[in-house]
Amino acid sequence: MDVRSFLKENIVLLDGGMGTLLQEQGLQAGERPERWNLSHPDIVAGIHQAYYDAGANIVNTNTFGANSLHFDDEELEAIIKSAIANADLARKNSTSPQDKFIALDIGPSGRLLKPMGDFDFEDAVECFAKTVRIGVKYGVDLVMIETMNDSYETKAALLAVKENCDLPVIVSNAYSENGKLMTGASPAAMVALLEGMGADAIGVNCSFGPDKLAPIVKEYLQYASVPVILKPNAGLPQSVNGKTVYNILPDEFADITSSLVKDGVRIAGGCCGTTPVYIKALKDRIGSVHPAVGSKEYTVVSSYSHAVFFSDDPVLIGERINPTGKKRLKAALKENDIGYLLNEGIRQQSAGAHILDVNVGLPEIDEPEMLEKTVCELQTVVDVPLQIDTSDPVAMERALRRYNGKALINSVNGKEESMKAIFPLMKKYGGVAVALTLDENGIPDTAEGRVEIANRIIRTAQSYGIDKKDLIYDTLAMAVSADANAAQVTLDSLDVIKNKLGVHTSLGVSNISFGLPKRDIVTASFFISALERGLSAAIMNPFSVEMMKAYHSYRVLHGLDQNCTGYITFADSIEGDDVKINSEKTSSDSNGDNLKDAIIKGLKEQSAKLTVQALSQKAPLDIVKEEIIPALDTVGVSYEQGKVYLPQLLMSAEAAKFAFEEIKKVLSYQEQNTEKKCPFVIATVKGDIHDIGKNIVKLLLENYGYDVYDLGKDVPPQVIVDKVLETRAPLVGLSALMTTTVPAMEETIRLLREQAPFAKVDVGGAVLTQEYADSIGADKYSKDAMDTVRYADEIFNSL
Amino acid sequence: MMKKLIFDEPVINRKEILRYARVKDEIPDISALLNECIEEARGVLVYRVGYAVLPVQRTDNEMILDVIHTSSNTVSKAISHCDEAVIFAATIGTEYDRLILRYSRLSPSKALLLQALGAERVESLCDAFCQQMNTELRLEEKSLRTRVSPGYGDISLTMQKEIFAILDCERKLGITLNNDLMMTPTKSVTAIAGIRKN
Repeated sequence: MDVRSFLKENIVLLDGGMGTLLQEQGLQAGERPERWNLSHPDIVAGIHQAYYDAGANIVNTNTFGANSLHFDDEELEAIIKSAIANADLARKNSTSPQDKFIALDIGPSGRLLKPMGDFDFEDAVECFAKTVRIGVKYGVDLVMIETMNDSYETKAALLAVKENCDLPVIVSNAYSENGKLMTGASPAAMVALLEGMGADAIGVNCSFGPDKLAPIVKEYLQYASVPVILKPNAGLPQSVNGKTVYNILPDEFADITSSLVKDGVRIAGGCCGTTPVYIKALKDRIGSVHPAVGSKEYTVVSSYSHAVFFSDDPVLIGERINPTGKKRLKAALKENDIGYLLNEGIRQQSAGAHILDVNVGLPEIDEPEMLEKTVCELQTVVDVPLQIDTSDPVAMERALRRYNGKALINSVNGKEESMKAIFPLMKKYGGVAVALTLDENGIPDTAEGRVEIANRIIRTAQSYGIDKKDLIYDTLAMAVSADANAAQVTLDSLDVIKNKLGVHTSLGVSNISFGLPKRDIVTASFFISALERGLSAAIMNPFSVEMMKAYHSYRVLHGLDQNCTGYITFADSIEGDDVKINSEKTSSDSNGDNLKDAIIKGLKEQSAKLTVQALSQKAPLDIVKEEIIPALDTVGVSYEQGKVYLPQLLMSAEAAKFAFEEIKKVLSYQEQNTEKKCPFVIATVKGDIHDIGKNIVKLLLENYGYDVYDLGKDVPPQVIVDKVLETRAPLVGLSALMTTTVPAMEETIRLLREQAPFAKVDVGGAVLTQEYADSIGADKYSKDAMDTVRYADEIFNSL
Repeated sequence: MMKKLIFDEPVINRKEILRYARVKDEIPDISALLNECIEEARGVLVYRVGYAVLPVQRTDNEMILDVIHTSSNTVSKAISHCDEAVIFAATIGTEYDRLILRYSRLSPSKALLLQALGAERVESLCDAFCQQMNTELRLEEKSLRTRVSPGYGDISLTMQKEIFAILDCERKLGITLNNDLMMTPTKSVTAIAGIRKN
């Protein structure tokens, strides 16, 4: 029987533990169980057969850790080949009558992916792909990805399977005691990610016994439209007379697990500590349950941590990461100033955005490169889902590929070309697309015309295997200043599409007020009208008080805000027409009422506010020279004299950065650049992952006007040299915290001397001393960040 | 056999945190920032320990604990006169690293204090674990000696691989080793402590 239909139509029994049984047969701790496929094929095949005999439909090959990180190519192929042969022999020898299949087992790589770890996403995909290709070559019926405790690695593995075969693939994750993956994903987020990418079944394994996994698996059952897997441990391990035993015995295991099958689990087996006896007991207990799997009608996107559902409760999509009409953001993109974008992301999340739109399209930048980078960086600092906003399909694919979750895609429309580009990407990477009701003939003037396009998009999507629940409709808000009828047509079509087609909707509400003064007033009213007509989501400015007032009052009036707590918290945060600035506390007598004082005291918001005030009276660069730099100097000197501590020095530096932000807003791109002193390349050297010291140096150098190129941590020597050559930087700063990485520093200096002899090298970090710095040939040893600033000024002034 | 424990929050030692941040006395501005860090950290901190008690075997030139074969003097001193030793790994979780990463982009002063807090948290977790072990061992008239870790003294970092094999750190604790044998989450500790009969 075809495995895919078998999975759809039956309760499927999996096997139980392998590792624990091999240990009983003499496998030593630290020994790779996969090698036993070759050294003890009879034992491995015997265990597989016992599982088939017990009634298992699927056994997993003994290839949990069979990947290119643990074995060279030749051994890897031999191991997988024999593992499949062992399972196949067992299948032939078992006389048990059920349908029997072999799954290629894929476990985690054992390495953590970037940015938290050091394993590159594409390297992870290739690592799993190698295993998949060998498995396919020697013939398996399906693939099982299991025990993954990181969402990003799970995605890499699933992508590797999808890109290298057409076999069914079932995916199971291991959860921590807090009910999330080790790296933070909730069950709902995993359902969104994995279903979006087309996994044939999803669920949970390992972690705990079936009792403790019950709440997690129930969350899967609530959201999943594909069959749900449960493969728990036999409870917790205990040591009895020197032997490891698990605290849930076969009968109890079968009782709990089979009751979860009655609740809807479709694929069940066991993990650590379970044996063929457990599987037999489970088979007997399940008996003949008739499976029912209903497709769920959720429209959902996810981040690495949680899912966001579209429903009657409006979803706010922050629009601030989009260069259109934003001078400061344009400058940041041109300068490759990712920090500014990240800050905009974090501020929008704090202001209440549920999803962030990300658009980095500017004619003069490499959009695919920038979009991929921005998405990767943003998902390390915010945990809300992202809406990827680009008209370039190449940029869209690169961003979707690296996105850790199920993204919102902005956008697809009724043009053939658009649907042809976007739907295959959605099918491969998952996602919910915002569908615009326009086509080759433009935007129809009537509601009927827009509905007709909406219908066409749904039909085309279905032909790609994309469900209509993964489309949300944007009926296009146009400026009322240009067409008095604009709002009405948009709202009428919204109403029809929402109610007749039964889909969710989204609008870029800000467009409505284009060309009008005090736009927020009109936008907010339009937002309310649209919500009343059934709008599910809005792309909007979460910093606009008018918009947030509209949002919170709508929720209160529609019974969506229990006890009005959301509204009360919001009301508390506004003062007149402004969102209150964080009440900064200062302990000292002076409360920073001039800019210099505010910076010295490290008051960020106050510094920004005072800079804005100062700008009405003084030239921007005079403020820098007369207030900001002297303040930094004062703190710098106090720090050098031991009068203030490092955290205070940093707080002042951050306050200065807030002041600089205000200055930058009024300076043109060119003006900003002429104020830069010179390029300064900094990095933490190869092998070292400590970057706090380097980040401190970066912050201070930026404040003192240097054009800092921060290459990050664990940076190979040649990468540093290349950047120095590219920027012709006269100054390079290298940081190392551990003695083991000083040789990498020495190597970097050697290469710099060879290829970029014009650059002066400044070194620092916990293990370094003057003698050490001299011995590796550095130009300068800096004992702290201020020391580096002083040295940089010395070199710059001598240029 | 590896066992896993989840601890409640060990008592926070502010003095120790400030020492890690190189602050000699707690002044109000820093206090306020540290309080902010602690509040935020509580949302993501976990206190997870995995351990195994192993018999110590000795040959002429090495000590053997399961798959660990070592001739380190530091280990030798730490487990001298001990027939058993405990190997453990402790971590405060991956999400804490993410918090540090976030603030290293946003606010280096907060990142600095979070680094210090994380270092103190994982050490306090190790202390809490050792204290609990000691309480249990006392019933058998045994006690735990001072712990030592790979990278200290002459203990090679490569011992991490063996400790990871014994404790199945990746799977059971969510701790991974990178190519240079550094651990992620970065705020993780592995250690060996001798068990002595009183």
